[in-house]
Amino acid sequence: MSEAPHDTDRTHIVARVLATTPASYDRLLPALLDIQQRIGFVPPQSVAAIADHFNLSRADVHGVVSFYDDLRTAPPAHHVVQICQAEACQALGCRELTAHAERRLGVALGDRDANITLAAGYCFGNCACGPTVRIGDAVHGRVTPQAFDALIDALPPPE
Amino acid sequence: MSTTIHIPNDTSACSVGADAVAVAVETALERTGIDARIVRNGSRGAYALEPLVEVDAGGARIGYARLTSARAAELFARGLPDRTAPECVGAVEALPFLKNQQRLTFARVGLIDPLDLDAYRAARGFAGLARARAVSSAQIVDEIRRSGLRGRGGAAFPAAVKWQTVLDASAPLKYVVCNADEGDSGTFADRLLMEADPFQLIEGMLIAALATGAQSGYVYLRSEYPRARDTFERALAIARRAGVLGRDARGAGQAFDIELRLGAGAYVCGEETSLLESIEGRRPLVRAKPPVPAIHGLFGAPTLINNVLTLAAATTILADGGDAYARFGVGRSRGTMPFQLAGNVARGGIVELPFGATLRTLVESFGGGSLSQRPLRAVQVGGPLGAYLPPAQWDVPLDYEEFAARGAMLGHGGVVAFDDTTNFAAQAEFAMRFCAHESCGKCTPCRIGSQRGAEVIARIRAGDAPDANIALLEDLCETMELGSLCALGGLTPMPVRSILRHFPEDFFHPEDFSRGALVGGGHARLDRTQAPR
Repeated sequence: MSEAPHDTDRTHIVARVLATTPASYDRLLPALLDIQQRIGFVPPQSVAAIADHFNLSRADVHGVVSFYDDLRTAPPAHHVVQICQAEACQALGCRELTAHAERRLGVALGDRDANITLAAGYCFGNCACGPTVRIGDAVHGRVTPQAFDALIDALPPPE
Repeated sequence: MSTTIHIPNDTSACSVGADAVAVAVETALERTGIDARIVRNGSRGAYALEPLVEVDAGGARIGYARLTSARAAELFARGLPDRTAPECVGAVEALPFLKNQQRLTFARVGLIDPLDLDAYRAARGFAGLARARAVSSAQIVDEIRRSGLRGRGGAAFPAAVKWQTVLDASAPLKYVVCNADEGDSGTFADRLLMEADPFQLIEGMLIAALATGAQSGYVYLRSEYPRARDTFERALAIARRAGVLGRDARGAGQAFDIELRLGAGAYVCGEETSLLESIEGRRPLVRAKPPVPAIHGLFGAPTLINNVLTLAAATTILADGGDAYARFGVGRSRGTMPFQLAGNVARGGIVELPFGATLRTLVESFGGGSLSQRPLRAVQVGGPLGAYLPPAQWDVPLDYEEFAARGAMLGHGGVVAFDDTTNFAAQAEFAMRFCAHESCGKCTPCRIGSQRGAEVIARIRAGDAPDANIALLEDLCETMELGSLCALGGLTPMPVRSILRHFPEDFFHPEDFSRGALVGGGHARLDRTQAPR
């Protein structure tokens, strides 16, 4: 996901995104999502440039970045593995699946190791085929502990 | 006649392997040289059968259910499969789960390639739009009024009142906004509609634009639905190329276009004013009402904001007339509702029914009871803010007012089943924790109340002064209900109270919670004198 590990590259990417974004502030959230898509997170150092582009205060931009669960201010691991924690998946054992995942990965929900970020999700609209796991943009249903292990084993290791 | 093989491509079908099945079938067809065409249709929403492959060799579409890619390869290895295959479920249309529904909004869903505009037209697509073009704005709103349509997003507000208010507002700019931030657990009707019949939503928004005079539309879609995003983006592009959207979409020189906006993982953005703040690029705190969005909405302009299913229903209402739609339903709940069966249920999926059928019909006849084959102990209706109802309550008709009279709500139509291994005190604590996690923080009853609520429930569950803490919890629920700015804080007490009422023993006997220990329990009034163990 991280195409640019260095601060200067990140600054360039942010500048490129802003250069193609109209300065109207309703474009702020799409721009933040675009930046995160390219860099993997929204670098805190870029907030000033983003605020400047939209003629907003840094507090305005920080207020938006800090509100949304999807927006990160630090790099995620190579893979983001989300386990749905909402009611329909609870009814199908997502709590047990999460405990299994934490044991298998040695990572607590909400935490990460070098390769995998293990995160909670709140509903992927797959409620008749739970428990549900999302890895990247792929949604997996009826995930048993065995199926979870197979999904994890299929992930490429860190470079 | 050549053969058509339908393989679904919605999120849920693909989550259980439909893409791999499609590859296996395609490979087998190439190898055998059979003249058959694969159509990736949207799922019919009978999710217990997915991945469901349907073979149409002229006549009925014969289904083969729950195929793996390996089994699909075997079945198609020597030509088309026959009805003796163990996976064969016969003619899919004849399955009781589908046959016994009344599909209006979901009539096309699962039948056609979602992005085939000609197939959409051939299946009565744009019939509603054609009618809307032929009549005045006031007449469109009048059809909506006669239909009795109420907001399908959960609030059940009369749609025509919103439409009329925006129509009556005099302003240079107006907007139509579609709320596709379907955050309730147990709901997926918006997702399936956008993945399996996206042109219907576009048509519904065009009808709303013709009715209100809006020049511009937004769809606000949650980020948890990547496939709906892709499908709908492609549908928008196709509609623009075909001239359905664009410069002359509402008539010569009368433009209308739709922009898709993505959320970023915030449940509260499904609240309409928070959603508008999110589109505007602000921290999406809920707005105080009035003014209502119909008068002062997106960018301060009059804005019609409706859920996906509400806008989609407008296509049926315009095509068939408001009176025809209103012939379905009971009381003040007119028309049909696409209910969504989820959680621990044998046959989950979309069940579109006229209002008035009972919850028991939905859970038992359509759902077939639990998936775990253990007794069901409750269903939660209407998402995370809805009540948990034990089987003794299941004879309630699916009707907005009947549910409200029982301290429950239909909401967006999600029904999540739980078996007898569930501790409902844990579910009550989760309801408060979820609210605390998702609160926008603007009003104190929601922001602080949900934190304190989770703590109080944890204390009760630990046996810490339960009498005093239950009194405190009930007081807190009242404060949240009456004092919160929006439905998030205002309705979080609903599941909590329903559990206090129907499952009080779960608060007091946490260690009794074991498989089967609590079968059928929970109708006694809460006994405050009972000592914690």
